[in-house]
Amino acid sequence: MERALTVTFATSPDRYRHWTLHVDGAVATVTLRVDEHGGLVPGYELKMNSYDLGVDIELYDIVQRLRFEHPEVKAVVLTGGLERMFCAGANIRMLAQSTHAWKVNFCKFTNETRNGIEDATEHSGQTWIAALNGTAAGGGYELALACDQIVLVDDGSSAVSLPEVPLLGVLPGTGGLTRVVDKRHVRKDRADLFATKAEGFRGRTAVEWGLVDAAVPRHSFDDEVARRAGEAVAASTRPSDAKGVVLTPLERKDEADAITYPYLSARIDRANRLVEITVSGPADAPPADPAAQGAEYWPLAVTRALDDLILHLRTNELELGIWVLRAVGDPERVLAYDAQLREQAGDWFVNEVRHYYKRTLKRLDVTSRSLIAVIDPGTAFAGLLAELALAADRQYMLEGVYEDRDADAAPATLLLTPSNDGDYPMGNGLSRLESRFWGNDGDLAAVRARLGEPLDAAAAQELGLVTLALDDIDFEEELRIVLEERASLSPDALTGMEANHRFAGPETLETKIFGRLTAWQNWIFIRPNASGPDGALRRYGTGRKGDYDVERV
Amino acid sequence: MSIDDTRTGAAPAPTGPLSRVDYSERIPNNVNLAGDRRLQRALEGWQPKFLEWWKQLGPALPTKDVYLRTAIAVGRDGWAHFAHVPMDEYRWGIFLAERDPDRKVNFGKHKGEPAWQEVPGEHRADLMRLIVIQGDTEPASVEQQRVLGHTAPSIYDLRNLFQVNVEEGRHLWAMVYLLHAYFGREGREEAEQLLKRNSGDLDAPRILGAFNEATTDWLQFFMFTYFTDRDGKYQLGTLKESAFDPLARTCEFMLKEEAHHMFVGTTGVQRTLERTAELMKEHDTADILPHGGIPLDIIQKYLNFQFSVSMDLFGSEQSTNAGNYYTSGLKGRWMETRRKDDHVLLDATRELRYVEDGQIKTKTVPMLSALNLDLRDEYVADCANGVRRWNQALEDAGLSERLYLPHEGFNRKVGVYAGHHVTPQGEVVDEDAWNARAAEWLPTPEDREKVASLMIPEYEYGKFAGWIAPPKTGINDQPVEFDYVHLADEGLL
Ligand SMILES: [Fe+2]
Ligand SMILES: [Fe+2]
Repeated sequence: MERALTVTFATSPDRYRHWTLHVDGAVATVTLRVDEHGGLVPGYELKMNSYDLGVDIELYDIVQRLRFEHPEVKAVVLTGGLERMFCAGANIRMLAQSTHAWKVNFCKFTNETRNGIEDATEHSGQTWIAALNGTAAGGGYELALACDQIVLVDDGSSAVSLPEVPLLGVLPGTGGLTRVVDKRHVRKDRADLFATKAEGFRGRTAVEWGLVDAAVPRHSFDDEVARRAGEAVAASTRPSDAKGVVLTPLERKDEADAITYPYLSARIDRANRLVEITVSGPADAPPADPAAQGAEYWPLAVTRALDDLILHLRTNELELGIWVLRAVGDPERVLAYDAQLREQAGDWFVNEVRHYYKRTLKRLDVTSRSLIAVIDPGTAFAGLLAELALAADRQYMLEGVYEDRDADAAPATLLLTPSNDGDYPMGNGLSRLESRFWGNDGDLAAVRARLGEPLDAAAAQELGLVTLALDDIDFEEELRIVLEERASLSPDALTGMEANHRFAGPETLETKIFGRLTAWQNWIFIRPNASGPDGALRRYGTGRKGDYDVERV
Repeated sequence: MSIDDTRTGAAPAPTGPLSRVDYSERIPNNVNLAGDRRLQRALEGWQPKFLEWWKQLGPALPTKDVYLRTAIAVGRDGWAHFAHVPMDEYRWGIFLAERDPDRKVNFGKHKGEPAWQEVPGEHRADLMRLIVIQGDTEPASVEQQRVLGHTAPSIYDLRNLFQVNVEEGRHLWAMVYLLHAYFGREGREEAEQLLKRNSGDLDAPRILGAFNEATTDWLQFFMFTYFTDRDGKYQLGTLKESAFDPLARTCEFMLKEEAHHMFVGTTGVQRTLERTAELMKEHDTADILPHGGIPLDIIQKYLNFQFSVSMDLFGSEQSTNAGNYYTSGLKGRWMETRRKDDHVLLDATRELRYVEDGQIKTKTVPMLSALNLDLRDEYVADCANGVRRWNQALEDAGLSERLYLPHEGFNRKVGVYAGHHVTPQGEVVDEDAWNARAAEWLPTPEDREKVASLMIPEYEYGKFAGWIAPPKTGINDQPVEFDYVHLADEGLL
């Protein structure tokens, strides 16, 4: 499949084709009923509640809106709108006809959405409960695994299953293998049986092995789900009386080689295969009541734009291999917001903004592009914005000013706050500073001692916060060469290298999913046993099974 | 040292286009240093370190001044002038050959594209490596030759030694300019390293092996200048083809100066041979050491040694790097543009000799993988010319003995012959056989002592040590007995 269209991630409930969102007081019900003819690209029908990227874009929108627009929702019931089939997972024909890049991007996005569901349960007091009113196969079960609890209808035929290995010759790659053992603590030999048994397990066994939390007959199914939702509501810290913040349509202007949002711009340089991404600081001091400002609240506006831009570039601009990150504006104003986000962290809306920014930074962390931060006069890399610089693979800082251009400018400084040391943890559970100085406690302590202090290039270099601090004699030429050099390296090797360097420190469920599971899956995707003409993925539905090269690698 | 000094002699009249050279600045140049204050500052910061290095590791013999050639322009002729100059006031300048605005890349995958005026990021590391390796050899030879002034066979030869030394210093400048101008901070750091590594220094040796061997005496100096400097000439010849235009133009200009270094080597060996032949004739014996001449067999051993270590400088016969450099446009072949082929070489092959089962065999390999060998073959052919010329001197003297180039596999430490023992005649032998006969082929400490015993300085104008014949003519139309060098303390004479 050639990428014939530009994928847009913006949607809203009135445009959903595959989902319905029903809010009843503190409980929301999210129902999947896929429009078979609503595939994002031609060539497949989304039968049996199977999904493609378009279905998942809507789900992502729902997850986001529930958090911002529905402070009153404390439990979310995820269920299916078909008889006997909750969800059959990712559409196989879609996978079979997709390019490798498409498959990889699709899986990454679905993984991020599932992590977002877990994040809502963990940090928003918005507990997701999977109400499996029919079979949850493959990606369908993986979706349920992202929920806090799984209730399966015990009707003698509905099952949970991960049939990818036996039927398709690939992995349950959106967290399935990982969550079965790491989250649900299913014994590894049972997990092995489960993942090789195409039809999966029903009722009692599923409960006994820990694959689901409860299996209940059809007549008491709704009651059980309601009971669990009620418990979750009672345990939630979310306010009941707060007014939601509407996620109004993003203001985004697209030109041939530029994309502009109110606080974010991207300038595309196709010849050099890079995009210059510039975040702008706030225009004013923070408002007293952030929620009242709604979607206009600067940190939220920046985060939404960044989120949209990352998804857009990742999906639609595969050849722009280098993202050059800058922040401009008044660092003092950035710091005022930075402080407010911390001081008012107990507020439901501020809490949502914080976690959304955290998730967006994580999206950046797992983005397969080289990230280069440039810190020069006028920079607003301070506090939460400095996280962008720290997320980058390299940081280049100008020492002094551009003598020829603006000799009177103030030299750039980098200013770190607790935002960089725990407010926005990475997927590995560490702050970006902890991860950067993993195993070098002295260096970490030295930086911690300087939080809140503007650091000039020499200090930033000394503290190990920047890759290279150069004066204007060298700066631009060095940067040009670095970017050209980067563009000349193998994109695949860079992706692998960056992904390995970015996550120093311990493994977590998330790092395992984006590292171990994804890497294996992506390898399997390109192997003939899956995607060759006789591979299982390509042959699925032809009535013939895959012919495997039996050699173990 | 003004140009109209009557004793500066006639520099050739300029005939080619002359660049305006900014000779009034501290660093003579034709790269518009005056207009590039950043670069000027960078280089001026480097210059004191360079002078410090020159004082510590440059020529050890104290002199007042030396009749030296100084590059002042880059036209086809008239690019230099001659004058007596105190050596540490020598104006080491920066000159690039004239720029051809239409110059194209002539080979490799970028063939036909405009030559690069800036370093492409993709090739920065490789280009910098090539420049650093070339740059490292330039000061190395100055260090190797620093004590030779104490045993100079004549004031004429002393001057030639110093001329080679200051020009090698200028070649260092040329490479440092490229590092400063095009490679940012890393380039400056590399430029400093060029002065921190020193020939023969155990802790920080020069990069290439042959540049860490001591130059023990004047025969070795002439051999070095003939064989090892000639390697430099061939390396410069490949860099002169580079797609990176500033490097190409720098090397093109350096080749002008190298021609004189070749001359010193060729005539130095030749004059030694002439005297040797004369003494052999006169005393009707090959054993002329007692008569103050260097025996022919020792000359052959010196030749064998210097030729073989210089062969190693070309690197492995089969080299992926060399192929990559070529394909990327960084380094061409000798006389690239005169070659009649596609200049891409993807399908070309050539023969490669190698050792297997105690025999020298031949196989066919991709040309791109064997470009070091291609260059080395050109070099060997050039070396053979010199040997022919030297043999003419023996023939003219009515002697039947001849010098020869040893086999390419002789005494090799690098490439396909490394780890094998090959005689000068090309016979593969085992280690015992090699050890038994090595003293016949390579200079022994006794041989070097014998040569050293003849190395008595001769500082009287127009006089020559007994082991070497005088040249036919002087430098720059001056007489042979000209006062080419004024020593610091004339009282020492
Ligand atoms: Fe040289
Ligand atoms: Fe030379």
